[in-house]
Amino acid sequence: MDTVNILICGVGGQGVLLAGDIIAETAIASGFDAKKSEVHGMAQRGGSVVSHVRFGQKVNSPLIRQGEADVILSFEEMETARYLQFLKADGCLIINRQQIIPMSVATGQAEYPVDIVEKIKQQVKNVVLCPGMELAEKAGSAKAVNTVLLGALAKKLELAPDKWQGIISQRVPAKTVEMNKKAFESGYDQQ
Amino acid sequence: MKMFLSGNEAVARGAWEAGVNVVSAYPGTPSTEILENLGKYKEIYAELATNEKVGLEVAAGASFAGARALTCMKHVGLNVAADPLFSMAYIGVKGGFVVVSADDPGMHSSQNEQDNRYYAKMAKIPCLEPSDSQECLEMAKLAFSLSEKFDTPVLLRLTTRISHSKGVVEVGERKEHKPTGYVKDIVKNITIPAHARKMHVKVEERLKKLADYGESFSYNRVEKGDKKLGIITSGISYQYSKDVFPEASFLKLALTFPLPSKMISEFINSVDEIYVVEENDTFLEEQIKALGYKVSGNCAYEKEIIGKSKIPIVGELDPTVLARAFGLQKESPYKPLELPARPPVLCPGCPHRGVFYALNKLKLTVTGDIGCYTLGMMEPLNAMDTVICMGGSVTAAMGLEKALGPEMAKKTVAVIGDSTFFHSGITGLVDMVYNNSQGTVIILDNRITAMTGHQENPGTGKTLRGHEAPIIELEPLVRSCGVEHIQIIDPLDLKQTEAAIKEAINNPVVSVIIAKSPCILIEKKFKPALKVDENKCVGCKICLKLGCPAISFDKSKKKSQIDPMFCIGCEVCASLCPKQAMGRGEVVA
Repeated sequence: MDTVNILICGVGGQGVLLAGDIIAETAIASGFDAKKSEVHGMAQRGGSVVSHVRFGQKVNSPLIRQGEADVILSFEEMETARYLQFLKADGCLIINRQQIIPMSVATGQAEYPVDIVEKIKQQVKNVVLCPGMELAEKAGSAKAVNTVLLGALAKKLELAPDKWQGIISQRVPAKTVEMNKKAFESGYDQQ
Repeated sequence: MKMFLSGNEAVARGAWEAGVNVVSAYPGTPSTEILENLGKYKEIYAELATNEKVGLEVAAGASFAGARALTCMKHVGLNVAADPLFSMAYIGVKGGFVVVSADDPGMHSSQNEQDNRYYAKMAKIPCLEPSDSQECLEMAKLAFSLSEKFDTPVLLRLTTRISHSKGVVEVGERKEHKPTGYVKDIVKNITIPAHARKMHVKVEERLKKLADYGESFSYNRVEKGDKKLGIITSGISYQYSKDVFPEASFLKLALTFPLPSKMISEFINSVDEIYVVEENDTFLEEQIKALGYKVSGNCAYEKEIIGKSKIPIVGELDPTVLARAFGLQKESPYKPLELPARPPVLCPGCPHRGVFYALNKLKLTVTGDIGCYTLGMMEPLNAMDTVICMGGSVTAAMGLEKALGPEMAKKTVAVIGDSTFFHSGITGLVDMVYNNSQGTVIILDNRITAMTGHQENPGTGKTLRGHEAPIIELEPLVRSCGVEHIQIIDPLDLKQTEAAIKEAINNPVVSVIIAKSPCILIEKKFKPALKVDENKCVGCKICLKLGCPAISFDKSKKKSQIDPMFCIGCEVCASLCPKQAMGRGEVVA
């Protein structure tokens, strides 16, 4: 099997880094080698955040080369466009329907790009739009957006759903396991 | 047993397995998690040091006792700790002594991209460069035995993508190391000139032995592939090269100082074309090129070495950059879209915001320092003029004043965090008092080392492991440095903050303002979000000057709005609003 490359992007505080951990750990639990790379420190404070996850028989670079991401899992609409160059020619985009306004837009110095999702769809054929917040709230908590998105991602990958559920159960607070299960399923089934 | 570990976690695990006894370090991205993880192992004494020099010296002292000792820091931290490092390079070790440097190519969270392999060369100590988490564990272990075998400190050099990438690691168990005990040996341990002259001879002999050792060191290895292309590389650059040039022959170096010159020349002579792939500077390239120059008839090889003539020296290396350097990167079919940048911002409710709002309003020259609060330079707060290094705010303000006279002191403020002040602000403050400054220093006392991920510090009353510790209070500390004019303020109170700054700058003595308010991410005493009463808001945009991520401006309504997902109810905007439009009362829609 060729190495599978997943790029996750969003805004600091959205749970991008945890999602990356869960994807990599699910791949390892399924018998693959995996690597993951991200940046901590100042770059986290509400800034643009990206995590690279790669899995396969043997993974060398922890960073994905541009043009080689099989999937970009984006937690925020505009951030998707920032990393589009990483996507493979036939790659898939999963976009969470959420906009978070950067400071330059809040203060009126810049505009949030109008119809950003439409503009992306003009370039990329394979786009999944995921109403993460809505599905998370239905499952029981707005905080489970990243679990919903992992469900949407799982649909696109050949890793068994029970492996995903197993890792997610280990990584979320015990009280929220059932709710996260529902959130994962709603993301998986929504397409 | 296999675990999924970051490079930093793996270094900590490896040091633990090697039986490390004493660890002392100051946090700094991308090194921080090494200390944090070592702190979890009960068998080890691990502490948060006041700064990197302190950390290295505490570890050195432990080595004198025959303990295995480690210190770790970010690349620029080693500048602070360079003085004891160079002495220890002469003294050598009793217990294994490992210095970990985590460099930050690309400057994700740093002020430069210096290449700390040069420290190994300048101090004449061995440099080990792991290329993934598994090697981080193995080399952290190996570094201790190498240190003891060759009587030298060992530099274990990581980079951001080694420290913060995770991989599958086979872990082992701890092998206890009992400190062998302290034995007085002044010829070895006192660096007076008479001793040091002899030490230098030993250092040169040691280097030769290490270079010989490198020739058969198992982590310096040749991977035979296509003879047309040979790649000499180390660290993370090895992984990128394997992806971009999968067919090539490789000489993968792990001991990158001193280099195995015989192994290198044999490898170069075994392939047609040779690339040296490294991130940052030409550390390998220039040493390898030196082997190829004819000096009194000696020349190890005759071939062109391709390295930084193609690979960028500026910025982080990655597979895309590497492929592009050799014309192997296909251009993306996707056209880039124009997007506003999304830089990091001060959190909603951050107490630093009040200070920077006031500094901006008073149009003062602000010498800044290293921490979350460096973000005070960003629009719209725009309240910082200089940042040099840890502690550099205090002294830069002093220099401005002494160059331009006391009038400049009335227009200048140094801003420094609590942890940074303990790290290296105190000496600058003593200098100000001693040399009759009239300047002003604001200590942003948020009771934590926030930017690196919330570590304790001497002012928090807790140790690395969260045990109770004496609190070094800032006010008596500052007073004992000779400062008489001290004000303690709540930076969330904008009026008080502005008044205190005005008083301090106009006072013809050294003034210190302690802006005391805990980091909001620590106490998390969030209050309900505020709302904007649209009937009261006149769209004056004054609240936008705070640069709070929760506040934005609705252009169609011409009103400010507060995002309830982000607002933590600090009420600073409410105190600023001339129309009292922000509140929690009934909002008329």
